[in-house]
Amino acid sequence: MNQPAKSPARLLTPFNVIAAVILAGGAAIGLLRFIKGLGATTNLSNDVPWGLWIGFDVMTGVALAAGGFTITTAVYLFGMKEYKPIVRPAVLTGFLGYALVVVGLVVDLGRPWRLPYPFIVKAGPTSALFEIALCVMLYLTTLFIESTPAAFEWLGWKRLRKLVGSMTIALTIFGLLLSTLHQSTLGAMFLATPTRLHPLWHSTYIPVHFFVSAIAAGISMLIVEGSLSHRVFRDQVEISHEQFDKITIGLGKAGAVVLLTYFIIKVMAIGLENEWHYLATPYGALFLVELLGFVALPCFGFLLGYRERRPLLIRISAVITVIGIIFNRLNVSIFAYNWQLPAERRYIPHWMEIWVTVAIVTAGVVAFRWIVKRMPILHEHPEWRGVH
Amino acid sequence: MYHTMQDFLTFTKGSCYILAGLAVVIFIPFWLFLTDREKKN
Repeated sequence: MNQPAKSPARLLTPFNVIAAVILAGGAAIGLLRFIKGLGATTNLSNDVPWGLWIGFDVMTGVALAAGGFTITTAVYLFGMKEYKPIVRPAVLTGFLGYALVVVGLVVDLGRPWRLPYPFIVKAGPTSALFEIALCVMLYLTTLFIESTPAAFEWLGWKRLRKLVGSMTIALTIFGLLLSTLHQSTLGAMFLATPTRLHPLWHSTYIPVHFFVSAIAAGISMLIVEGSLSHRVFRDQVEISHEQFDKITIGLGKAGAVVLLTYFIIKVMAIGLENEWHYLATPYGALFLVELLGFVALPCFGFLLGYRERRPLLIRISAVITVIGIIFNRLNVSIFAYNWQLPAERRYIPHWMEIWVTVAIVTAGVVAFRWIVKRMPILHEHPEWRGVH
Repeated sequence: MYHTMQDFLTFTKGSCYILAGLAVVIFIPFWLFLTDREKKN
């Protein structure tokens, strides 16, 4: 008798109420966008056809979801078994991240029934966008299959669990292949915009910049997401704080090396196209803030954090890196894009665009929370201990 | 000022080779600084 009276009260937590308001608002704006079009809900124009939904929801979302392929490659292909406890949350984050990238893309593109057109009606194999569409579709499917073991263990479907378990190595190789392709091709799209994108961000090596920065983003997201999960889902976590700190420190070492590599190739790109003089302009200042504040600084933080065994410093550096990757993707797709346009024709996101973006992120958090509270993500299922 | 493509490429490629050499040189102390306490820990 008490149960029905308790349930609504349990549902009315501050988190649920805020999330419900954000999601309801996002759904209403989404509906308005599909009925009235982009003009009614965005500040996009013929000058600026890509805004926040592409710049953040797609470009940043894909980079931040790179933790999945990074960690599965490290564990299953390079044999770094000490990172196994973070594989499932990373794969789940990757899957939800990519699923929400597709949601963001559909909201931006409209006409969702036309999503399969590039594959079944008219393929455009010479287009970078075709490659991205194909890879994201295949990688989302791969991540979905990679996330099913936890669901099958939870549901008690042993045969299916064994079947997907036997596919782990193949899925990891396929995921790595697809991620290498589309993470870099997201940058390659901008090769077609040499006059629109500021020279400091535009480079013939931009696909390499995107790929290397995505690895840094993936490693940093693993640290940030893992640290938050260990606090919020304390009752679900199986590994000790010491063990998690050890994993964090190990990821910090990888973060330091990847960020140094990224720093070097960014500087070399300036030299290769002789763009040093742009550094003395306002856009140069923006570029230097990105490069020194969000690449060199966290690189130094990871370096010291690993050397001195200080997990907190590594976590702070990971947060800075995540902000830096968001900053970089927004610079490439919004701030440094159309840089020669007069100020009155520049793009500022509409509040409805921001709301939808916040709603998409909230949907990811709600889904992650729902799954983690039910399925063996942060702990092992008793019947499958040591198997995955 | 560059008068020919050859001049431009000589300058940019040259500066990139120097940068690449510097990167290799920087990476060695970076790696040593990163890992020299590994055994102790």
